[in-house]
Amino acid sequence: MTSQEKYKVNSSGYYGKYGGAYVPEMLLPNILELQENYLEIMSKSSFKKEFDYLLRDYVGRPTPLYLAERMSEKYQAQIFLKREDLCHTGAHKINNTIGQILLAKALHKKKIIAETGAGQHGVATATVCALMGMECIIYMGAVDMLRQRPNVERMKILGADIRSAESGSKTLKDATNEAMRHWINNPTDTHYIIGSVVGPHPYPDLVARFQSVISKEIKFQLNEQIGRDFPDMVIACVGGGSNAVGAFYHYLNHSSVQLVAAEAAGLGIDHKKSAATTFLGTEGILHGSKTLLMQTADGQVTEPYSISAGLDYPGIGPIHAHLFDSGRAHFCAVTDEEAMHAGIDLSRLEGIIPAIETAHAISALDKFEVKDQVVVINVSGRGDKDLDTYISWGKY
Amino acid sequence: MNRINEVFFSKKKNVLSIYFTAGYPKIDDTLRIARVLQTAGTDMIEIGIPYSDPIADGPTIQDSSQKALDAGMSLKLLMVQLQDLRKYISIPVILMGYINPVLQYGFGKFCQDCKEVGIDGVIIPDLPMQEYVETYQRTFEEYGIYNIFLITPQTSERRILRINEVSKGFVYMVSSASITGAKQNVSQEQVDYFVRIQKMNLSIERLIGFGISNKETFKNACKYASGAIIGSAFINQLSKDASDEAIISFVGSIVN
Ligand SMILES: Cc1ncc(COP(=O)(O)O)c(C=O)c1O
Repeated sequence: MTSQEKYKVNSSGYYGKYGGAYVPEMLLPNILELQENYLEIMSKSSFKKEFDYLLRDYVGRPTPLYLAERMSEKYQAQIFLKREDLCHTGAHKINNTIGQILLAKALHKKKIIAETGAGQHGVATATVCALMGMECIIYMGAVDMLRQRPNVERMKILGADIRSAESGSKTLKDATNEAMRHWINNPTDTHYIIGSVVGPHPYPDLVARFQSVISKEIKFQLNEQIGRDFPDMVIACVGGGSNAVGAFYHYLNHSSVQLVAAEAAGLGIDHKKSAATTFLGTEGILHGSKTLLMQTADGQVTEPYSISAGLDYPGIGPIHAHLFDSGRAHFCAVTDEEAMHAGIDLSRLEGIIPAIETAHAISALDKFEVKDQVVVINVSGRGDKDLDTYISWGKY
Repeated sequence: MNRINEVFFSKKKNVLSIYFTAGYPKIDDTLRIARVLQTAGTDMIEIGIPYSDPIADGPTIQDSSQKALDAGMSLKLLMVQLQDLRKYISIPVILMGYINPVLQYGFGKFCQDCKEVGIDGVIIPDLPMQEYVETYQRTFEEYGIYNIFLITPQTSERRILRINEVSKGFVYMVSSASITGAKQNVSQEQVDYFVRIQKMNLSIERLIGFGISNKETFKNACKYASGAIIGSAFINQLSKDASDEAIISFVGSIVN
């Protein structure tokens, strides 16, 4: 490993001490098949061509990098918004699902399974399955199905089979467990499209690579707009961490670029109801990788809480655990209340209603010194799916 | 000699191992159930360490684990419950659980306490072989705890040969591509897989588990291995009736 690559995955599947592939023997052949093939498949020019084509003509990339003037004025900074909310289906999640369905095809898989929390990844998966004519099963926690109803219906309209995860706490981690169990029971013809930079190696790396298109575009767009291809700061929210990795990726080794990750503090980090993993988590193994996670002293995974279903996950991707430990990225914890106010702020200042996940990233502007800085905020998704939450919060 | 080896030494066929979840159905049932299982004629016992996110387990074991956790079960408490294990139990006892609770307990302390209470081996499905060899094997061996690996119908021949070298005591043959759960019969596809492995003439003993539920599936599995493991079907029994008599009659229905 060269020092150049110290934030990327090493040949054993680790980021520093985090990562690896802690999966039962039943899943190992699938994981080995991916490990042995993903880089070769992704480096083929035919693969790249189709991926780029679909991102452009189907997803609508490049997404704009928009100079938010009124926001900039408020913070006396130069604030750019990377508009992932304008992607087809309304969030960055589709960058990954397009990549993974092409990977699944290259591996001759016939069926797709996925987990979803907020429903954004489920919708993005159901969408690419419809596009490719592949069978699609989505696991979603019973609790999440209630709070994200419109996305459940969207997935059904797209032809996906939605299965309610009734085990454990009935949210994202349990949907992930159910998807893994399904994969164990259907090991040969099925590909599991994981929705974030989590899971056993090589998932964190392959999802990061598919999402890295975000910072690839930021580079050339910044260059066009301000004559240099890097900002002073990049801010993104972290659930599992895929939109954040996408926005950080090409700046990981560029040490003058400050990387800021906003986690969901829920009711606060001194409160039981929180999802701020770097503040409240400890080292352990969750969903096949060694990472930071929220757990009891006995090693039982605890149920996180956030107003945002997409950040309501008890772990973070191993790359983020490593970025946290090494100090390369700065993590902050944003409460429900702070995020909701930031969401309204962006709506009023720029006419953009963000996803509540994204609103956590906006709120980070209040937690770091940004005066006179060039700041890029990754607007990971749009707020349409969250209207019910905005409405029941009501303070606007 | 490790008690696991002794069992295979003295009994070449029809070795019966029974799995149950620690602290289920009642939190202080662990040792009682182990004692009754021994009295009833079980050759080996596997005690499950309850975990919140058991991805290799079906609804039966998930449910028993969750109930045990809700009642306050933990690995720490299990070690306390097993303090007097060897006063009462002479057959091999294996702990089966996921890696995360073991790591939080402290891996070295886990092995040390296993040795102290008289545990013979462990099965940790999500501890991969590579990690085992690089990081954990030495400590296991230092305390004389056997680490038992799984193989499945999808495991490559090369890997099986490697597992044959690394696994201690026996290999756990997962009967089909599936999570745990009781099934009513053994399919032709499974038989083909059992025969394929049998023909490899591995040096290590084999027990077949997952989906073994009654005398018929047990006998069938025993044709292709030294014995078999019953888990979910026994837990289903405990959920209905966990009395000593019910446990004795369950085991009797399989061995007699
Ligand atoms: C709009 C949006 N942003 C962020 C996330 C969090 O995921 P990640 O941290 O992987 O980007 C989600 C997840 O559902 C989402 O829908």
